Amino acid sequence: MIEAELSRSAQRWCKGATGATSAAKLSGGASQETWRFDIVHPDGVIGAILRRSPKGYGAAPTRAAGLAAEAQLMQLAFEAGVPSPRVMHVLVPEDDLGTGFIMQRVEGETIARKILRDEQYAAARPILARQIGGILAGLHRLPRDKLPELRIRGATQEISEFDRDYRSLNWPKPVFELALRWLRDHDPGPSAETTLVHGDFRNGNLIIGADGVRAVLDWELAHLGDPMEDLGWVCVNSWRFGEIDKPVGGFGSREELFAGYEAAGRKVDPERVKFWEVMGTLRWGIMCGGMMQRFREGPDHSMERAMIGRRASETEIDLLRLLAPRGS
Amino acid sequence: MQDEPTPIELTKAVADFLRNDITPLISGHQAFKLRVAINILDLVTRQLTQEEGSNAREVERLRGLLGIDGSVTELNRALAERIAKGEADLTTPGLAEHLWATTMDKLAVDQPNYASYKRELGRGG
Repeated sequence: MIEAELSRSAQRWCKGATGATSAAKLSGGASQETWRFDIVHPDGVIGAILRRSPKGYGAAPTRAAGLAAEAQLMQLAFEAGVPSPRVMHVLVPEDDLGTGFIMQRVEGETIARKILRDEQYAAARPILARQIGGILAGLHRLPRDKLPELRIRGATQEISEFDRDYRSLNWPKPVFELALRWLRDHDPGPSAETTLVHGDFRNGNLIIGADGVRAVLDWELAHLGDPMEDLGWVCVNSWRFGEIDKPVGGFGSREELFAGYEAAGRKVDPERVKFWEVMGTLRWGIMCGGMMQRFREGPDHSMERAMIGRRASETEIDLLRLLAPRGS
Repeated sequence: MQDEPTPIELTKAVADFLRNDITPLISGHQAFKLRVAINILDLVTRQLTQEEGSNAREVERLRGLLGIDGSVTELNRALAERIAKGEADLTTPGLAEHLWATTMDKLAVDQPNYASYKRELGRGG
């Protein structure tokens, strides 16, 4: 049982801790898991989260930065004032928990539909788009020399990777072909500056409370590249959850996002943001195709995966709305 | 010829049974999975109902666009190749209309509640 290992681990690095309780798995596939648990402490229970690759799953998928890098980035972000959970402990072999890290639990909501609909977030919603702009500016300003080793990906390289991923699916989709062609024709080339890119900054990966964004999660796709990528990805229609007229995660307008970003002293290139929004829409569509393929060929024969495969058509209509809009 | 009731009637009967009789008995993660299962059956029912007509219209349009004949899969592959080679694009007469019609037919089966689809449907097709 994982509680025994967590208990021994917490007692080693958390001064005064007497054990761990209430461990529950939150999510995860075979190679990466997230658990919540409580550290028992005389001063009161400390809510914690474990992110780990269980023993025997050392190798990270090719696009992932790896859990060690993720921990380092979250800590850097936390120190720089970007809303982020505090990293409490990076796993060592004595923990007997695999590889990964333990962070302080941040209370709040990550389920996008609740954030967009529930009354308790009504006051937060109007400020989120602008706030997100400020957070992204802070994230893009993290000092390069302190970052862990990360892959570098620019627009040109991403196009050819998606092209290859799409072709490996053997899943002919004229709309995806059209999008790939558009991306090649509009490739903005290398950006003027290369910064940290979160890589999966969107509604669903943010912990939100009544006061706004409390933490940015899921840094596993972090890399170095064009900062406008994060601004485009957060605008992809798939993360608006029905609020299609509010491009920034269903919260607000691009103008608010850009204003928040520029108020924090950074410059927006709207053309590049649009490019990355198209790229992001295609990226999610190809990911849906990947789910379909894994459902068909992999050991995980789950209904959820199968149904995500059928969501590729959502990205097709969104790509058409971006590239071939019909007269209103 | 296969016997009756039809696949459409059968999947609909199973979906209705799960929705009306089983849903109230299930909770937690299994309830979530049950909802996914019902969604799958509903999708299959929509596909069985609509696919024949939408495929026929799609093939008709593809024949016109490409000037060749084939199955819906073969014709889609041929169109994808032409776009990849730069032989067809949004300036090709009828291509945008074809892609819109095809995509709308797909969404009608996959995700008729998707907000972008409902918006475009409101535009009159």
